[in-house]
Amino acid sequence: MSTTRTPRASASRSRSRSRPDRQAAHRRDLLHGMLRVRRFEERCVELYSEARIRGFMHLCIGEEAVAVGVTEALTADDAVVSTYREHGHALARGVPADAVMAEMFGKVTGCSRGRGGSMHLFDAGRRFYGGNAIVGGGLPLAAGLALADRMTGRPRVTCCFFGDGAFAEGEFHETANLAALWGLPVLFVCENNLYAMGTALSRHQAQTDLALRAAAYGMVSWAVDGMDAAAVEDAARRAVEGVRAGSGPHFLEMRTYRFRAHSMYDSDRYRDKAEIERWRERDPVELLARLMRERGELPDETLTGLEDEVRAEIDDAVRAAEQAPEEPVEDLLTYVTSPPAEVNRP
Amino acid sequence: MTATKTPHADPAERKTTYREALREALRDALRADDRVFLMGEDVGRYGGCFGVSLGLLEEFGPDRIRDTPLSESAFVGAGIGAALGGLRPIVEIMTVNFSLLALDQILNNAATLLHMSGGQLPVPIVIRMTTGAGRQLGAQHSHSLEGWYAHIPGLRVLAPATIADARHLLAPALADPDPVLIFEHGGLYNTSGDLPADAGPVGLGQAAVRRPGTDVSLITYGGSLPKALTAADELAGGGISAEVVDLRSLRPLDDATISDSVARTHHAVVVDEAWRSGSLSAEISARLTEHNFYDLDAPVERVCSAEVPMPYARRLEEAALPQPGTIVAAARRAVGDAPDDGRAD
Repeated sequence: MSTTRTPRASASRSRSRSRPDRQAAHRRDLLHGMLRVRRFEERCVELYSEARIRGFMHLCIGEEAVAVGVTEALTADDAVVSTYREHGHALARGVPADAVMAEMFGKVTGCSRGRGGSMHLFDAGRRFYGGNAIVGGGLPLAAGLALADRMTGRPRVTCCFFGDGAFAEGEFHETANLAALWGLPVLFVCENNLYAMGTALSRHQAQTDLALRAAAYGMVSWAVDGMDAAAVEDAARRAVEGVRAGSGPHFLEMRTYRFRAHSMYDSDRYRDKAEIERWRERDPVELLARLMRERGELPDETLTGLEDEVRAEIDDAVRAAEQAPEEPVEDLLTYVTSPPAEVNRP
Repeated sequence: MTATKTPHADPAERKTTYREALREALRDALRADDRVFLMGEDVGRYGGCFGVSLGLLEEFGPDRIRDTPLSESAFVGAGIGAALGGLRPIVEIMTVNFSLLALDQILNNAATLLHMSGGQLPVPIVIRMTTGAGRQLGAQHSHSLEGWYAHIPGLRVLAPATIADARHLLAPALADPDPVLIFEHGGLYNTSGDLPADAGPVGLGQAAVRRPGTDVSLITYGGSLPKALTAADELAGGGISAEVVDLRSLRPLDDATISDSVARTHHAVVVDEAWRSGSLSAEISARLTEHNFYDLDAPVERVCSAEVPMPYARRLEEAALPQPGTIVAAARRAVGDAPDDGRAD
């Protein structure tokens, strides 16, 4: 798999620069990270329409600032638990684009060896615990990962992404209580895109102020403009700092919006087109690009360079996925159970 | 995982109970491996809803004997996450009926993550729970749903029926890299008997012949084992030699031991406290048809619970459950020693 240029790697390269330069370079990295996710998913749509990607596929287009901004605040030792709308989380976390694309193609080189698909991306080495397609199902896992860190004295944070729909699930409330009760080092990141599949927040929640409700569990909680990558990153850094310092779980409500339908099967009948257009005016990629232009940090050739770099990475990923072998059918039952312990365990 | 030590080897055969044997196994596991901890509702201060973990809090402290809120999904899922995070959790669920609140975590995560992640995420968790009826606890504390779990690829399902198995199945379960569910029949906790000094750790996935016989195989597990043994005594009095096979492992099933027994006896009775429709007894019967069709001299008999939510009243509950008498009758029918007009539908 090719080495992927992650925003973090770029940030470390910029350390020797002066502070304004560093900030400009960092904004460029954020923009690059969001463009990667945006263009990757746009390519996925094309591939889906060509039937080269199948199954359910959920896009996070419009929500890129959350994935990229939050991931910026984590270290490589921290863990990420995600949902079925996780292409952005995986890419931002550093799962190579070709491993993600190969997974979409169902190839053996995919990050789940073709057994997961779009909804089940995993990368144990990067502590990316994926890809949970049961709404709310990943939250208890996050509490457990954090519990293991707590019990072994490791100063790590587990970041758990989920949507506003999870607020209606018992698993959210059970886990919020457990994590707060035990002071577990979890960062709960609710991507409130205002819809649980096709049901608007106001139609599925009696109290729509999600941060307020999370606070009721005794967690430090606040709402963030999820379309502003810098605001997301800033909030995530403060929250991660608090979690790592031992002040228990923190909760961030990221107010965001998905520009595309819930999945490729969704004809989007439940939303007002004008509403979508209003949110598009706050496109997180455009928002950051506009700011950078205003500051003179984004000459046309820079943006072109970023777009070229992203396109080349995705082209490579698609080409590699096309050429990659399928898992042999003889291996169908592999990984249902582990090989004998002495072989499997160091 | 390193081999589990047994720091306090039993000096000789001695009297104990199923409950105490489970507790000793827990104590050993907690002493042998710092990664092991016990978590569940009332496992600590209360001592376990059935008293299994009584005294462990005092020895191991609240971090490792961890009381949880009544949040089956959250604490089972947290156990799965802790296993992913490098620990070796033992999660106790009060009864199998309550485990349905955690079914999402058990099926969609514990059983699934290894395969769905392409082999990256083994889940070394042990989940213990009580199963079964016989104590007048009504329809929400008494069912035998272990067969549902035995349906699920990726899980290992154990049902210790003897004191020795209560004592010795936990260590290999913890050593297994995959999720293991242990079903403890509520009627067995007070069983007392001898714990043999030489009964070391047993292999997972192996059935045991508890009583050899030549005329009919009584195939059973868990809380039905004592009933099957009682039935075998009675059958012996009537000149029928019954072999009693204790499955111990409900997934995977030890096809070889089951099949070998029936190949010798040519008659089979499956005794399973679960309902018969779509049950483990149906699975075993189907496998006997696949593996032993030409060995069988008679149709496979099944003794299961009546298809009713478990009633409270003693007479009704007893009537709903397999009993030595119904097992004897089924065995007699199988060997042609009784008119078959009493066969269940």
